[in-house]
Amino acid sequence: MSQYHTVIGLETHAELNTKTKIYCGCKNEFGSSTNSNVCPVCLGLPGALPVLNKSVVEYAVRMGLALNCTINSVSRLDRKNYFYPDLPKAYQISQSYVPLCENGYVEFWYDGQVRTVHIERIHIEEDAGKLVHSDESADETYIDFNRCGVPLIEIVSKPDIESSGEAYAYLKALKAILSYLGICDCKMQEGSIRSDVNVSLNKHGEPLGTRCEMKNINSFSAVVRAIEYETKRQTQLLSDGEIIKQQTLRWDDIKGESFLMRTKENADDYRYFPEPDIPSAYISEQDIGKFSQTIPELPNVKMIRYISEYGIDSKEAEYIAFNQSIAQFFDECIKTQKHTPKKYCSWIMGELAKYLNASQKELSQTKLTVDVLNDLIDSVDENVISNSAAKTVFAVLLEKKISVKEIISELGLSQISDTNALEAIAKQVLSENEKSVSDYKNGKTNALGFLVGQCMKLSNNKANPVKMKEIILSLME
Amino acid sequence: MELYEFKAFELSQMLNKKQISSVDLVSSFVNRIKTVDDKLNSFITLCAESALKQAETVDRKRLKGETLSLLAGIPIGIKDNISVKDVRMTCGSKMLENYIAPYDATVVERLKNADSVIIGKMNMDEFAMGSSTQTSYFGACRNPYDISRVAGGSSGGCAAAVSADMIPFALGSDTGGSIRQPSSFCGTVGFKSTYGAVSRYGLTAFASSFDQVGPICKCVKDTAMLFDVIAGCDNRDSTSADKHYGICFANLCDDVRGLKIGVPWELFESISQPDVFTGFKKSLKVFQDLGAQILDITIENTKFALPAYYVISSAEASSNLARFDGVRYGYRADNCTDLNDMYIKSRSQGFGDECKRRIMLGTFVLSAGYYDAYYKKAVSAAKLIADSLNSLFEKVDIIAMPTSPETAFSVGDKLDNPVKMYQSDMFTIFANLAGVPAISVPCGADKIGLPIGLQLMANSFCEQTLLNAAFSFENAFDGIQKPRL
Repeated sequence: MSQYHTVIGLETHAELNTKTKIYCGCKNEFGSSTNSNVCPVCLGLPGALPVLNKSVVEYAVRMGLALNCTINSVSRLDRKNYFYPDLPKAYQISQSYVPLCENGYVEFWYDGQVRTVHIERIHIEEDAGKLVHSDESADETYIDFNRCGVPLIEIVSKPDIESSGEAYAYLKALKAILSYLGICDCKMQEGSIRSDVNVSLNKHGEPLGTRCEMKNINSFSAVVRAIEYETKRQTQLLSDGEIIKQQTLRWDDIKGESFLMRTKENADDYRYFPEPDIPSAYISEQDIGKFSQTIPELPNVKMIRYISEYGIDSKEAEYIAFNQSIAQFFDECIKTQKHTPKKYCSWIMGELAKYLNASQKELSQTKLTVDVLNDLIDSVDENVISNSAAKTVFAVLLEKKISVKEIISELGLSQISDTNALEAIAKQVLSENEKSVSDYKNGKTNALGFLVGQCMKLSNNKANPVKMKEIILSLME
Repeated sequence: MELYEFKAFELSQMLNKKQISSVDLVSSFVNRIKTVDDKLNSFITLCAESALKQAETVDRKRLKGETLSLLAGIPIGIKDNISVKDVRMTCGSKMLENYIAPYDATVVERLKNADSVIIGKMNMDEFAMGSSTQTSYFGACRNPYDISRVAGGSSGGCAAAVSADMIPFALGSDTGGSIRQPSSFCGTVGFKSTYGAVSRYGLTAFASSFDQVGPICKCVKDTAMLFDVIAGCDNRDSTSADKHYGICFANLCDDVRGLKIGVPWELFESISQPDVFTGFKKSLKVFQDLGAQILDITIENTKFALPAYYVISSAEASSNLARFDGVRYGYRADNCTDLNDMYIKSRSQGFGDECKRRIMLGTFVLSAGYYDAYYKKAVSAAKLIADSLNSLFEKVDIIAMPTSPETAFSVGDKLDNPVKMYQSDMFTIFANLAGVPAISVPCGADKIGLPIGLQLMANSFCEQTLLNAAFSFENAFDGIQKPRL
């Protein structure tokens, strides 16, 4: 084990799915034809002025509340000045001095325990355009400005994360929260969520080491790879007796390596100053109260509850908790108190998950209801149908609005528990399998299983397997 | 008397009575421009053809008996940093020599809705940076009273053209005095309203915290008439005030009895030209005779005004002008080796010296390590001055001072001494720092006949009080000689 302790902080950008852009009325839409969602404002034409979209403030405040932040009732926008062809005004309207949200935390389950990562700040800003490099000429680059002015929140964590795995769990929790709040599309392939990573190493009990920042990381799994690479790189340097220099690195996920972008000495000076075109944003206590009422129990909290209160396995708890409609279904099931959470969990994780996975459907696209599931479990518990018949019934219930009773009778799946009927089956099977009967009598106990199996087969799986076994045993005595 | 010699409100009446047509009017002005502008260079772009077309349309509307606004059919000049759809907007710079604006500024939209006739785009200091209209890429604009002298700036083209009867009125912009100082130099009325009273949407930003669009006219009546059309809340400008205007012209009132006018005497030690001071004192006498009360006042921290103004305005300008990078529109240098080279060459070749000076100054004062010492301090100083003015307005209705410490200087002067040039703004910047309305009205001439301007300032959103005071003064004052061209 390394003598160094890894310290990680993440700066996560999430695109908000407001109808329009942050400073103009253009549609906020991915995939429109090139340079179609643009206007004088987002193109930065001379004379155009930004007007802050109030929904962006609302969305960001809701995320702030979800991450237990203090909401600044007066927050300011600032200009971040730098030249780049995808940034038409040559400054980004962002928040530097007074962010919308500060000093929060997020709890999530990782590695058998509840972990807490503190949130330094959440601020709002605009996205930049997209450079499209020509396939034909190395000298030609085109710019698509559709993404210019798409609203972003930047969520800056404190350096509380200790491993790549924990970073992954943290990001998954953020993603699930964004998705619960309905403020981000969370489409990773469209770049809805992107994260920069800060890594430093120190020895236990010593102050934090010098950090390096890694940019251009496009997926959560790339975050893991980048952290692992960077940890190794810094460990090597330190073991060689070298000093870590503060640097910004560009992660190349294909090569699996990072490359130097700039050192601290030639870091950009963004010359932040208050945006004179937009007065401070005011948020009333009343609005904050109103927004906080719209925040449901969040997936990270649910997951912890499922594990610690119901004893559900963490993978299963995550599957259920991080899918809002499934979690809601699960919670409603539990509220009926008809069966144990674990029982519901096994149905959700078994047949339901398999079906959703195979059909690529959402829970809402199925016909399954809480009452129907309860009836189905009751039928099994009351020996009306067998477990395997129940699976057949469940498959139908997903696609058809029908009562459990009806479907059982329609498919003729009622379990046979009548002694006479079962005896008749057993007698037939025993007479056709004399060898197995004598094997059993000679001490080969596994012959019993075979005989029960044959009976079940003959009954089209409708025989009550427990009773069946009893009758076979009594007949063979 | 030629049509082009009338004031706008007179033309409005004549049009309304169908004594003249808009086409007659526009033709008269176009001829005047073609005759005299060679000497003055007040236009960057003349829109004679589209103006005549628009005049025809308005005439047709009038013949049909439609109710038209006071401005309908009257030509107007627009400073070339205000966006007019499908018309070139240069901002007086090589950078935008061939830039065609694709949208209308809010003020232009309001003019068009009032059936105003845009006749051309007026010369100005490059990106409105200057006090003489000599930094224009399209050549200096001359003063109609003496073409060896400057028209003032940065809205020099507007003031010179109004003064020389090439247009009845114009829209300029004022960041530190750019409407009032050229008005003072050219003998016109120049009005900068309260920050936020007129939308900035479509005005190419110089210093966003101070910029205001405003009228340059032949008289106060015309000023009120034009202001009524352009003023009022605009949801495309977040700094626009939620106020309604539109009745200043109708409510103009020639009565200053009991009006309290404060005079900050200690400021005037720096006036180098005795004629200016004499002219100013005579104006105070006019007010006194009208029944106004003159009070001595002191504006606190005035010595910080000029430095604070130049630090803040340059800081904002350095950011506002960064978008002119050769990537999407405007000037792009040839033979660039890479992206950085393109930025450097395009901006080095596209901007003139004064712009570069302010971009560098502004970049410096915002830089890490200097921000607190310069930008932050300047903002605090500006706040102190604004506070001082605001508290003075609890005691007085109007603050009076000369618009400029001097009359029009010679072409070529001060170009190599930027600090001297900046001092031209010493009396005008107060209104921008405090965001209050201010007006310059002609109040006399120096010994060689160059106009002197009287500047009046009022509290925020007290435009009516200010216009009334200027109106009363104008009515009581003999006026100045017109320029002879």
